[in-house]
Amino acid sequence: MEKTISFKLKIWRQRGPKEKGQFKVYEMKDISTDASFLEMLDILNEQLINAGEEPVVFDHDCREGICGMCSLYINGYPHGPATGATTCQLYMRRFKDGETITVEPWRSAGFPIIRDLMVDRTAYDKIMQAGGYVSINTGGVPDANSIPISKEKADLAMDAASCIGCGACENLCPSRPISAITVNGISIHHNA
Amino acid sequence: MWLIDSSIGRKVVMSVTGAALILFLTFHMAMNCVALISGDAYNAICEFLGANWYALVGTVGLAVLVLIHFVYAFWLTLLNRKARGRERYAVNKRYDTVEWASQNMFVLGIIVVLGLCLHLFNFWYKMQLQEILGTTAVINGQSISPTDGAFLIRYTFSQWYYVLAYVVWLAALWFHLSHGFWSMFHSVGWSGSKWLGRWQVIGNIYVTLLVLGFLSVVLFYFFKSIF
Repeated sequence: MEKTISFKLKIWRQRGPKEKGQFKVYEMKDISTDASFLEMLDILNEQLINAGEEPVVFDHDCREGICGMCSLYINGYPHGPATGATTCQLYMRRFKDGETITVEPWRSAGFPIIRDLMVDRTAYDKIMQAGGYVSINTGGVPDANSIPISKEKADLAMDAASCIGCGACENLCPSRPISAITVNGISIHHNA
Repeated sequence: MWLIDSSIGRKVVMSVTGAALILFLTFHMAMNCVALISGDAYNAICEFLGANWYALVGTVGLAVLVLIHFVYAFWLTLLNRKARGRERYAVNKRYDTVEWASQNMFVLGIIVVLGLCLHLFNFWYKMQLQEILGTTAVINGQSISPTDGAFLIRYTFSQWYYVLAYVVWLAALWFHLSHGFWSMFHSVGWSGSKWLGRWQVIGNIYVTLLVLGFLSVVLFYFFKSIF
């Protein structure tokens, strides 16, 4: 049988970039544990629209964990408590009945809030548009597929290539906005 | 200049001044430990340093280092706060891989500086400063020779509240340095996947010995005053 939980949602509401934001609490009743976090937010928005209130604005696109569009800082974790998964791949079975779930937008000077939970991540596009490159004369280059690469180096390359540009890393270290090294991965993605 | 403009440069300044201060603490601790063996020997060191020109040059150098470390700490903390944007996270989870000390270096540093002020009042003010001014400090109506460090140690650590303050101070110093030690090697680039772990172990051992050295003198003279 399908399991359901009820909980409180504490969500950051902010009408515009210059407005002052604040947390608002919403009661969620009998939400299926099979629902994804974004589906749960859809349910909330449906309720808000039916009640004649403004729905919560949040980013999303592919909803299959690859596009890097969803964000959200849930209960103190970027993308929520599941590791190696984006918010759209986070399911409500991760949460307990009766718990209070705090949802915040990315907080970084590099990502100004547009509205509610949606932030402006064009700073990452600027890095890509800057298109930094170096020219090195390498002489006669052997075919790439014939060069053996150690597992260690291949893993490091994969780390960079697997970046989907969601901006979650900015939560840990925004000491200088948009300084995360793996962000370079996203431009590799786009140019590939 | 890159030492001012770049975030790496600013960290290099923190790490180099920090390294110099750790070296100073090491010398200071070694000298203190002499007081465990003999008060006269400790006073001989006090006389050797005193207000001689090399001790004065060292003091001014140290003051400059502390000041740079302090100003940069303020600056870096301010920049970090600014980078977070207008609002801060309401909920913050502490990750197992992130040291508690690393997130509280500024607060720990403030405790260390407050302890330093107390320490300067207890010793430097009654010793080197008096020698420079050509005067002597008076404790309980008794004039104290500026080089009688052994007496000042006995006097200070016979009062339990000073002992308590120094223990708190040294604990804050331990936490501050347990992160600072390996982090300074990391900032200048002498670290990597292998050396990071090594520096952390070396740092913990080094800093523990350093703080135990200071602590032993405090506790030795405290218990000596009781029994």
